[in-house]
Amino acid sequence: MIKMHTATSMEQWQDQGIVLSARRHGENGAVVSLLTEKEGRACGYVRGAFSTKNRGTLEAGNIVDAQWSSRVEGNLGAYTLELARGTAARVMDDAMKLAALQSACALCDAALPERETHPGLYHGFMALLDILDSDIWAAAYIMWEIALLKELGFSLDLTKCAGGGSNQALAYVSPKTGRAVSYEAGEPYKDKLLPLPGFLKPNSGPAESEDILIGLNLTYYFLEHWVFTHHSHGVPEARQRLHLRFAERFAKTEGSKVQTG
Amino acid sequence: MTDRLNSQDGPLEHLIRLLGGLPGLGNRSARRIALHLLSKRSALMVPLAAALQQAAENIKDCSTCGNLDVIDPCAICRDETRDNSKICIVAQVSDVWAIERTGAYRGRYHVLGGLLSALDGIGPQDLRIESLITRIETAQTRPDEIILALSATVDGQSTAHYIADRLLSSGISVTRLAHGVPVGGELDYLDDGTITTALKSRSAAA
Repeated sequence: MIKMHTATSMEQWQDQGIVLSARRHGENGAVVSLLTEKEGRACGYVRGAFSTKNRGTLEAGNIVDAQWSSRVEGNLGAYTLELARGTAARVMDDAMKLAALQSACALCDAALPERETHPGLYHGFMALLDILDSDIWAAAYIMWEIALLKELGFSLDLTKCAGGGSNQALAYVSPKTGRAVSYEAGEPYKDKLLPLPGFLKPNSGPAESEDILIGLNLTYYFLEHWVFTHHSHGVPEARQRLHLRFAERFAKTEGSKVQTG
Repeated sequence: MTDRLNSQDGPLEHLIRLLGGLPGLGNRSARRIALHLLSKRSALMVPLAAALQQAAENIKDCSTCGNLDVIDPCAICRDETRDNSKICIVAQVSDVWAIERTGAYRGRYHVLGGLLSALDGIGPQDLRIESLITRIETAQTRPDEIILALSATVDGQSTAHYIADRLLSSGISVTRLAHGVPVGGELDYLDDGTITTALKSRSAAA
């Protein structure tokens, strides 16, 4: 990944980035938002964005080689983009993975401030894109959301009990502090605490469907109450749809289990 | 020139502004078209105005499938020679025209009127999905296949997955168009996303 700031009259840089969104602007152009390693979330105008040639490049989740240039640094600037890896096409035939990809892109697009570097989150996102091909993608997605919360300054501490209980028997998360609470310490307040999914506990095994749903509930709570509490649109719709889709899928699976049982 | 046009608000400027708002046209093209129309008033401008008026007054959405026609239900829905066992779901009326051009499909259609898009805030309630469900449930001849002919984009496939989920309990076979190498396409010139989907949807050669 090479980034260059050239000392010409034009401000410009080159980097690789993940397409977060492409908002139509005018008849043929779009304002494209990318997550890059060195520039963070950066927007730019793409001329002819919805032409037959470029349309496939600007799908959310695709990795592109980007060249940004502008006369003045503070301006929107213009992008020249070339597709490096078509991630969106790899997950299009899987409804859940596609929803997760859209959700991750929408969360970054809505939550990250522009032109503020988040290299850890960028590399985490790249790892998530690779893991989407595996069976553990759902647990990885929740861990990525926890990393996003941390990157935005809302770190969850899920390693030790905030109530002084055993660190080996963590079962809840405090909605006020985002810290884990052990089963013993949290039992009297369990109605007010959020359940901690099994795969996020120390020395845990693989995640079950129910754990994933609990994990999505957990991160959704903190996204809603901490990150997007002052956003006019609240938690992005793509994240809400992922949650809903997973809950429906889980309900159907459980329903069929009950019927066969 | 534009400022001068804007400052006067005569019928010519009004016409140019309206033409300039059409897809693919800017101010300059709009001015050229306006002048061309004015140079052929009786041969082109008056018939065009009449055609626009007639289209605006008579063309309506088909209450069954969402297609455009002067009669409701539309010609495709009225055609009794068509196969009632298949419904092809498309995003726009232009997609109906594209499939009809091929002559390869003789079933029914259902036009959604767009695609689900979280970015643009288009949800299921903004599309003709509920009317599709009602149409299937109340059909005299129950369809045995729903073909999802939606674009191979993130929004297109999200919509396809949503509809497939909604129809899961109906027991109707839900299929989608193949994704992959276009006719005349050479592998060397294809993007990796197209090749990936083509590999995933490969079929037996014999």
